[in-house]
Amino acid sequence: MKTLFEKIWERHVVVPETVDTPAVLYIDLHLVHEVTTPQAFTMLRQQGLSVRRPELTIATMDHSTPTRTEQVFGGAPITVESAAHQIAELERNCRQYGIELFDLRSDLRGIVHIVGPELGLTQPGKTVVCGDSHTSTHGAFGALAFGIGTTEVAHVLATQCLLQRRPRTLAINVEGQLGLGISAKDLILAIIGRIGISGGTGHVIEYRGSTIRALDMDERMTVCNMSIEAGARAGMIAPDEVTYAYVLGRARAPTGADWERALASWRELPGDVGAVFDREVSLDGAAIEPMITYGTHPGMVMPISADIPVRRDDPVFDRALAYMGLQAGAPIRNHPINVVFIGSCTNGRLSDLRSAAELLRGHRVARGVQLLVVPGSQQVKQAAEAEGLDRVFIEAGGEWRESGCSMCIGMNGDNVGAGQYSVSTSNRNFEGRQGQGARTLLASPQTAAASAVRGLVTDPRELLNG
Amino acid sequence: MDPIKQIRSRTAVLPYTNIDTDQIIPARFLRTTVRAGLGKHLFSDWRYAADGSLKPDFALNQPDAAGCQILVAGRNFGCGSSREHAPWALHDYGFRAVISTEIADIFRGNSLKNGLLPIVVDAASAEWLLAHPGAELLIDLERNVITLPTGTQVHFEIEGFARYCLLNGIDELGYLRSQEAAITRFETRRQATAAGPAGH
Repeated sequence: MKTLFEKIWERHVVVPETVDTPAVLYIDLHLVHEVTTPQAFTMLRQQGLSVRRPELTIATMDHSTPTRTEQVFGGAPITVESAAHQIAELERNCRQYGIELFDLRSDLRGIVHIVGPELGLTQPGKTVVCGDSHTSTHGAFGALAFGIGTTEVAHVLATQCLLQRRPRTLAINVEGQLGLGISAKDLILAIIGRIGISGGTGHVIEYRGSTIRALDMDERMTVCNMSIEAGARAGMIAPDEVTYAYVLGRARAPTGADWERALASWRELPGDVGAVFDREVSLDGAAIEPMITYGTHPGMVMPISADIPVRRDDPVFDRALAYMGLQAGAPIRNHPINVVFIGSCTNGRLSDLRSAAELLRGHRVARGVQLLVVPGSQQVKQAAEAEGLDRVFIEAGGEWRESGCSMCIGMNGDNVGAGQYSVSTSNRNFEGRQGQGARTLLASPQTAAASAVRGLVTDPRELLNG
Repeated sequence: MDPIKQIRSRTAVLPYTNIDTDQIIPARFLRTTVRAGLGKHLFSDWRYAADGSLKPDFALNQPDAAGCQILVAGRNFGCGSSREHAPWALHDYGFRAVISTEIADIFRGNSLKNGLLPIVVDAASAEWLLAHPGAELLIDLERNVITLPTGTQVHFEIEGFARYCLLNGIDELGYLRSQEAAITRFETRRQATAAGPAGH
């Protein structure tokens, strides 16, 4: 009896692990972007190596790319010069090594973890890696997907394999129906709050239970995306009819007899009844409230209606609150904010934009608040515009940009100012993550949109209930 | 890569838990295409004031911390992003080992590939180390032992293959490439069966 993880692992072992050597694990899909790969291509050049299977690597640019339309399409110079250099370097590397690249002006470009799934490249049972810790996103399809370093990027380019020790397994079981206004983001924040920022270290998480089964693919991706925020390199969800329906008909998905063969193979992936995990944790999905972070890592999270915890003799905790300019024991609701960011590989998909637009329609962003909406990919952007979501954001007083990581990581000049409060749908509230001195409150698209309207940290149910 | 067998150095201590890679090297310094010279950006937002001067109260800015090759930190060091720039920056700054009770997975893997020992010790030893900045340690990778100035010996584990590579200055890629025949067999077998990955 085997778990989903064990089945995928075994299908990809090229050389089994021994006491002395890790397993050689085959990689089916390698995604690359401009920030964590230039040094890997340099390693190949220095050693005179070629890319073993260039057709299994796909490149896009997202982390440091501009989101202003005039810089992407209008011929205006990219204001961050070092970013422009990285973009040019990726173009050169992909050209030289025969790797398909969705370049700055491509309709298919976007955040790497949004592009893979929307093209149908991400499929059940695959091993997927990328030089980015949020590669765990692809686990939503029942793939084994994890982030790697730049040296490992070179390993995959040169050999299509990685050296890996088999991780332990952690089942997270969530039962019950999520309430009105409660999203997958609240669910994963609640999970991280429960197991802690390093609760998944050394493990691959499998999310299970009726709450998980009821999620659509966008929501499943949001959950798996933040597995790394609990320390787990990979998070996964067994594939089911929802998964297959999402993949079917996508540009790079198998077709015809290939589809039937693939589907038959995918149906064998879900874990066997009675398969054993190294650890299991259970949560009540129906009890989850809108969640928000108050500190400087994603484990410092609480229901939006709660008061900030009080901890005695914990200087690290006190230091985090001092950075945030927040008081232990005080509520976070109605705290004034300066910026709202809606986007990222966590919450930059079409359904996230719809959720935010639903709350913003007919409203104006509060005075003095900047609302930045950045679609996760150019495909998401086009689909959102076809529905008129861009008009909703613009008429509310927000900015609507080209796709990219943008203010989640602040590498492209989209930053939150020092001391400013940002309600962000992204994944990390580390010190300085959105800009030096920036104070990030992680939340769902609904909470972010409601907070934009009131200019204060707001429970979205207040607006949803009219 | 130079072999690592022993590290003898005083420690610098950062007594904080969950030091993430955004602190080790902020993302704005990742807009580079080379790996050299990142040490000057190490802990940039903690080390430097807005005007670029050194913050006098930060541990690494203390005169005693100069030249230390061993960094002792609170639980869950290196959490967050996969940026290999974090171990590159630590190594370029001069560190050769990081000691904590828990080290994040991706950071640990990246460190092992860059001559930076990620060492996990028991809670009592970590407590002693955190309370004694500047302690002179001997880390012996051949024996998997840290010797404290008190004479106490602390055992640690490093994954066997990575340890072998570090002790001998071997690049893991060389080993992977030596598996070429097995990789080709795997690909051929998969192509012949329906279980293969659907192409794109």
